[in-house]
Amino acid sequence: MDFLNALVNITNLLIIPATTYGAQLALGALGVTLIYSILRFSNFAHGDTMAFGTIVTIGITSVFQSWGISLGPLPTALLALPFAVVVTAALLVGTDFAVYRFYRAKRAVPIIFVMASLGVMLMMNGFVRFLAGVKNISFADGERFIIKARDFKEMTGLAEPLGLRTTQVLTVVVAVIIVAWLFWFLNKTRTGKSMRAFSDNEDLALLSGINPNRVVIVTWVIVALLTTTAGVLYGLDKGYQPYVYFQLLLPTFAAAIVGGLGNPLGAIVGGFVVSFSEVMITHVWKKVLTYLMPENLEPSSLMQLMSTEYKFAVSFAILVIVLLFKPTGLFKGQSV
Amino acid sequence: MKKLLLATAATALVAGAASAEGHGSEVKLGVILGFTGPIESLTPDMAAGAELAMSEVTEAGNLLGGMAVTPVRKDSTCVDAAAATTAAEELIAEGVAGIFGADCSGVTGAILSNVAVPNGMVMVSPSATSPGLSTVEDNGLFFRTAPSDARQGVVMAELLMSQGVESVAVTYINSDYGKGLADAFEAAYTEIGGTVTISASHEVGKGDYSAEVAALSGAGGDRLVVAGYVDQGGGDIVRAALDAGAFDTFHFPDGMIGDALGGTFGDEIDGSFGQAPGSDNPGYGEFVMLAGDAFNGEGTYASESYDAAALIMLAMQAAGSTDPNVYKEFVEAVANAPGEPIMPGELGKALDILAEGGDVDLVGATGVELVNGGEAAGSYRVIEMSGGEMVTVEYR
Repeated sequence: MDFLNALVNITNLLIIPATTYGAQLALGALGVTLIYSILRFSNFAHGDTMAFGTIVTIGITSVFQSWGISLGPLPTALLALPFAVVVTAALLVGTDFAVYRFYRAKRAVPIIFVMASLGVMLMMNGFVRFLAGVKNISFADGERFIIKARDFKEMTGLAEPLGLRTTQVLTVVVAVIIVAWLFWFLNKTRTGKSMRAFSDNEDLALLSGINPNRVVIVTWVIVALLTTTAGVLYGLDKGYQPYVYFQLLLPTFAAAIVGGLGNPLGAIVGGFVVSFSEVMITHVWKKVLTYLMPENLEPSSLMQLMSTEYKFAVSFAILVIVLLFKPTGLFKGQSV
Repeated sequence: MKKLLLATAATALVAGAASAEGHGSEVKLGVILGFTGPIESLTPDMAAGAELAMSEVTEAGNLLGGMAVTPVRKDSTCVDAAAATTAAEELIAEGVAGIFGADCSGVTGAILSNVAVPNGMVMVSPSATSPGLSTVEDNGLFFRTAPSDARQGVVMAELLMSQGVESVAVTYINSDYGKGLADAFEAAYTEIGGTVTISASHEVGKGDYSAEVAALSGAGGDRLVVAGYVDQGGGDIVRAALDAGAFDTFHFPDGMIGDALGGTFGDEIDGSFGQAPGSDNPGYGEFVMLAGDAFNGEGTYASESYDAAALIMLAMQAAGSTDPNVYKEFVEAVANAPGEPIMPGELGKALDILAEGGDVDLVGATGVELVNGGEAAGSYRVIEMSGGEMVTVEYR
């Protein structure tokens, strides 16, 4: 019984939230990594692209709701998501035509692209606030819980509760589907193979007749899919707020770099490394250990490695350690 | 928002009309509150409370021989000290004779030391409660109608003890307000035998609070004390704690007591308690009636705001001057006994008494008494969440 309680406690407070957060970060990091490997720069406007995609989804969702369309127990936002991806893709391709194409034609060095993306970030930042203001918007509807904490306690008779939200399961399921599709696309389809070729050696790819404009446009469309999905899943789970999305840029980049920039598998692993380390190292292990240890050996202190103020320091410390020993990240990516 | 616009428009109209009738002279008072930021859901009622006092005085038409009082609103943002300082400097440039505000402790301290003291400007805050502001160098220019959190800490500790809650987990916003309150509470609570299992800070504007909630839950406790702001951070932690079933009941200090609380969580937090400054003195009811439909007179710090603005204007009348360095000496005198007790709605009468050289004691909406160099002695309204509504259960 004590062992079960400890297990439920860890699942409820660590595994479920960290898996959800990790999946959201992984989707964001995948986008960062795709842009880095194919377009060859770190896109600072990534967080605000997520915010833009989410706000478009929120707009379309409210239109659907006013028409009385819903998905029953699932959030209506899922139905609005494909439309929002199209709008976001249009914005990204438009940005590419207006800003990045110019520098690509001049074969500018990557740092120029990064600075240009910083400018794009500031403009998107303002645009998103102009569209929907700065307030917290909650747009999740449908069934909120799969397992309610209180019901679980009554059902099982355990001392520890376990809560599972619909959005948490949804996040993981949708993330798995999108990642599986992306890997199939990159490895099996002609377009995907041409993208990889373009990423490996641009000149050789051009020589073999790959159309660079097509590769660029397809990349932005996939990035729109990844960012909008990540943003919407995050917003459904935790509520939409532009400032928070902007702040997500840091853990997202940390995830992409830890995993190895340019390596899609690395981005996914990186997302989970960041989310789990944030939660694990700042956790108070007293309760779990009290369940597991024999009665007279119960810990009297909190058994907390680091206080929660340092949770951001944790992911950056991991970043530094990984870069020190493996400059290309956990999986073989490009060195930064 | 509509209400707010209406109230502002009405105030401006009344002020305009009165100044046309009067001697054509006006006195400007700064109203600096966080109209955007973590407590943006509280500030509209606070501003309306202060402006109610101002329009009342303007209508009475007997402040220093008939001066009209015009409020000038600025945004303190509650959290950004640099933005708040700039806003306060704008007020000085516009020639205000006194500043009503600011709201949050951090920005209030910043405005006080960067703007008010160098420019010799009187500040009366309705809601800055950090214990640190009691000892700050203010040249006698700073007053507050809200009690210090040193007092709130004691009230909260005694309240929890009287309900038989002997161990709590505490999370506080990483700011002057949160840290000050958490420290004051922990000291008071442990002194009377309670146990604080963990005292962990949280930041505003972070999306993910699962690490904080996990740590708080791991440490355990009968209740979770959330010394944060309802619109940011604090609210998110309550949400995450409820979803994970980490805590069922909470204790909310003043920053969490807002309309958003009942609206967001409904009956999920039934059985939780909290306290915010407030009193059962008869003036409170009269103030709520005066507010009527124009704004929510029971809003957190709305009544303190009325009293803060009233204090500035009564002190001006007592001093016979709008010069802050002259009337600052009179603020405590008009707030405290001896003198004719003044209820909300009686500011005109008070001005008459002062003009004739009499003495007044502003009771106002909160029964304000200034002690300890210009801060309210403090009584608190204890609320309980019941059926998704905030119910006032007692006063301490």
